[in-house]
Amino acid sequence: MLTPEIRGNEDVLKISNLNVIFHTYAGEVKALNGVELSVKKSELLGLVGESGCGKTVTSLSIVGLLPPNAEVVSGEILLNGKNLLTMTKEEMRKARLKDVAIVFQDPLTYLNPVLTVGSQITEIIATDTQIFLPKLLEHRLDEIVQVENEKGQLDTELLSEKQRLNSAVETGKLDANEIKRLTRNYVLSILRSVRLPHPEKALESYPFELSGGMRQRAMIAMALIRRPKLLLADEMTTALDVTVQAQILQLMKELRNEIDASVILITHDLAVVAEVCDRVAVMYAGDVVEVADVDELFKNPLHPYTRGLLASIPRVDATIDQQSSIGGSVPNLIYPPSGCRFHPRCPKAFEKCSQAKPELVEVSPRHLVSCFLYEE
Amino acid sequence: MSNNNLLRTENLYKWFPIRSGIFSRTVEHLKAVDGVSIDIQRGETLGLVGESGCGKTTFGRTIMRLTEPSNGSINFDGVDITKLKGRQLKPFRRKMQMVFQDPYASLDPRQNVRSALLEPMRLHHIASSKKDANKLAEEVIKKVGLNPDHLARFPHEFSGGQRQRIAIALALVVQPSFIVLDEPTSSLDVSVQSQILKLLRNLQKDLDLTYIFISHNLAVIRQMCNRAAVMYLGRVVELAPIERLFENPKYPYTKALLASIPQPDPSKRKELRVLQGDVPSPTAIPTACRFRPRCSFATKKCGTIAPSMVEVERNHWIECHYDIDFAKNSQVDLSQQSA
Repeated sequence: MLTPEIRGNEDVLKISNLNVIFHTYAGEVKALNGVELSVKKSELLGLVGESGCGKTVTSLSIVGLLPPNAEVVSGEILLNGKNLLTMTKEEMRKARLKDVAIVFQDPLTYLNPVLTVGSQITEIIATDTQIFLPKLLEHRLDEIVQVENEKGQLDTELLSEKQRLNSAVETGKLDANEIKRLTRNYVLSILRSVRLPHPEKALESYPFELSGGMRQRAMIAMALIRRPKLLLADEMTTALDVTVQAQILQLMKELRNEIDASVILITHDLAVVAEVCDRVAVMYAGDVVEVADVDELFKNPLHPYTRGLLASIPRVDATIDQQSSIGGSVPNLIYPPSGCRFHPRCPKAFEKCSQAKPELVEVSPRHLVSCFLYEE
Repeated sequence: MSNNNLLRTENLYKWFPIRSGIFSRTVEHLKAVDGVSIDIQRGETLGLVGESGCGKTTFGRTIMRLTEPSNGSINFDGVDITKLKGRQLKPFRRKMQMVFQDPYASLDPRQNVRSALLEPMRLHHIASSKKDANKLAEEVIKKVGLNPDHLARFPHEFSGGQRQRIAIALALVVQPSFIVLDEPTSSLDVSVQSQILKLLRNLQKDLDLTYIFISHNLAVIRQMCNRAAVMYLGRVVELAPIERLFENPKYPYTKALLASIPQPDPSKRKELRVLQGDVPSPTAIPTACRFRPRCSFATKKCGTIAPSMVEVERNHWIECHYDIDFAKNSQVDLSQQSA
């Protein structure tokens, strides 16, 4: 885990007052109710909440993949200062190619069953060779330099390759076969970095031939190949078994030092958050209700919902009678409760809670909560 | 002790044939349940844990006679029900019920709760009159924490937690003595999960039920069960009272499984990658010890002789050379012994 000091304070992503509604036959679903969220550079932020609380809608808004019946009513999403919501389709496509990548829950749904894994990964590079050419060249040149450092000198073949590539760096042009070769080389190195066993074989495999854990590794590789500034991992380990989940979480811990990207880990599993994240944002019914560093949140949860959620996780070291649960269930967001959306289920609700929406305020350093209990 | 057994399986097998080619010849078998012998005592909750594909659900369905066993026997309440058919099986169908994982898929969307509850009562001749049947339905719906107004509603009007309550009511309405709970809380949010678990616990006390609780969530197993069986590729590899299993697991796979659970406490972070690789395909199960390729303690012996179930401590059974030999004599060099 990175300490707050190392992480720095530069916001890579800043979401403010994001309101999203869905038009359905039953009525307008008020899915996001003024979401406030920021992600710092190289930080691993956990976004937790129950199903239907708006975690996924938030992530889809960031990558611009909301379904057609969704409407962004207000708000802005700034990625490195640029508003993603006002971008044209083409700009957004470029942003997805370069800056933001997303990994979904079920890799089998998102991989094309009739194409090999290799062709799907290389396709990303083929869509916009101009964007990727510098990365490909840089990667291969690094490899050559590494060989040079190890052996002290290069054989004639590598030497001429180095010269060719260096001239390509200047001109920005390279012959198609060379690009193909470099792409394959680059893809293999990414597959190796996500610890996919037998990467050469995996490239030729179809998704159904891989196991769940391997498919998820391939999806992570597809995301990382773009060297994104922001990686969204939406319930990345939910469909996996615990032992495979442990492998993937461990991989995330190892990768974070290598990839230099900010990560939003979206999950309903607080244990996963406790295991890998630096900071946590808790969502309930379309609101971010509490944000804090991970140790602080688990030691000193403030919002009644966070407390209820923490108390209801089944623990290996507690009996069922020590376990509590939150009464009631998640509200229907076509008719959301007035004021604080948690008040009908809140054990500490008082009059004001049903009348106004509490703001997300910093009650102690780096600990934000949206609850009237903590307002002076 | 033995007459306290409610259900007993002996060498239960369920192999699914995989057919291929123009004559649909059986080319290989998917060995979902591969020789399970287990006793379930009256009034207990036996947990079945394991990763997906290990045969938990198939085992549950086989003992319910929802799928035909390939070999072996199932003994329920002193009667061998393996070969029973149709009408003979009906009284047992009433005593054995099952609650499924997905409450969205296990309820008929076009049938309201009342008619769903009355149907099994009619089939098993539970109530003598319509009035009685309605009264029983109301009682059952109250037992699971809903109210009689809910009887007129349809499944889509309920939340996930409420649907699971209805699924439980459907199992209870025929007054069973044994229920197989197949991942009953896996599709629910954490905040409602413990409500359902507590409900199941209370019902067990009130109605003298025996449960098989199938789950991949070890924390839930710990809270709900008296004993637990760990399954790996179709076989039970460890069986122990619940505290022993969690405090002193013996089988290497159980140890790895327990160590892989992330803890909801950031101060207890640990190295997570405890088990390499994936579960092998159940069509190509490794010979001898099936966990051998992933086991860090594997010796030559594990590749040549299949281990058998041994009681290493009172009521604590494992199927492993390593720990059995280890317990017998920790000085013996395992690789030499096998030669």
